Amino acid sequence: MKIDHYIDEKTLKVYLTEEIDHHTSSIIRTRLDYEISRFRPKKVVIDLEKVKFMDSAGIGLIIGRFKVAKSYGGSLEIENSSDKLMKIFEMAGLPKIIDFKENKKEEVI
Amino acid sequence: MDNVKNEMKLEFSSRSANEAFARISVAAFASQLDPTIEELADIKTSVSEAVTNSIIHAYNGKDGIIKIHSRLYENEIEIEVIDTGSGIENVEEARAPLFTTKSSLERSGMGFTIMENFMDELKVESVVGLGTKVYMKKLIKTKELEAN
Repeated sequence: MKIDHYIDEKTLKVYLTEEIDHHTSSIIRTRLDYEISRFRPKKVVIDLEKVKFMDSAGIGLIIGRFKVAKSYGGSLEIENSSDKLMKIFEMAGLPKIIDFKENKKEEVI
Repeated sequence: MDNVKNEMKLEFSSRSANEAFARISVAAFASQLDPTIEELADIKTSVSEAVTNSIIHAYNGKDGIIKIHSRLYENEIEIEVIDTGSGIENVEEARAPLFTTKSSLERSGMGFTIMENFMDELKVESVVGLGTKVYMKKLIKTKELEAN
C-alpha cells in the first residue's frame, strides 16, 4: 500500500497493492481510516491497478471507506479496477453508488 | 463421472493468514488441469470465500481446524471446504446475496453469491453445532475443448 497526499487539491490518493482478502483488508482499513480522519480530504481516490487478488472482502472495504470519506464530508473515487475486480464489484452493485474511473494513462506526446 | 486423476487433503488452523495459504495451495493443485488464468482466479476467489466463512462464522475468531479435500478429474475439479464449527441455521438465508450477520466486520454478504457465480456447482451442507461442508465443482473448459 502506498499513500500519496495532494494537499492543495484536498485529495488523498491511495495505491493498493498485492492481495485484498479478509486478513489484509483489516490492516488496510485501519491505515486508511487513520489517514482519512487525520487529513479529512474532499476526495479520496483508491487506485487498484496493482491489486493481484481480491475476494468479497474488497466489497466491504470499498463500501466502508465510502462511508468514512462521506462522514468527513468527502467523496470516494475508484481508479483502474481490472475486469476481474469489476466482476466482483458489479455483483454487489457498487458501480451504482461509487464512482469508478477508467485507466488514466498519461498521454505520450 | 471420470475417474479421479489426483486427490489432495489439507488441514490447517482457522487463522486469517491461512486464507492466502489455502487459495494458493488449491490453485497450485488445480493448475495440473491446465486451466486459464480466469478459471484459476475463479477457483482462488471461491476457496478464499469458503475458508473466510469458516474462520469468521463457523469458528467466530476462535481456534479450529479447517479441512480442504480436492479431487481432479479429466476436466473438472471438486473442492470441499469442511469445518466443525457452529454450523449455519438457515442455509437458504445465508446464501442470499447481501445477507450477512457480520456487518460490523464490513462483511458484504456476497461470499456464497461469488462462489455460485464463479463455480459450476455449489452445495452447502450444515448442521448447527456440528459444522459445515461446502462442496464446489468447476469445469475446466480449456481441457474440455481440447478433448472434443
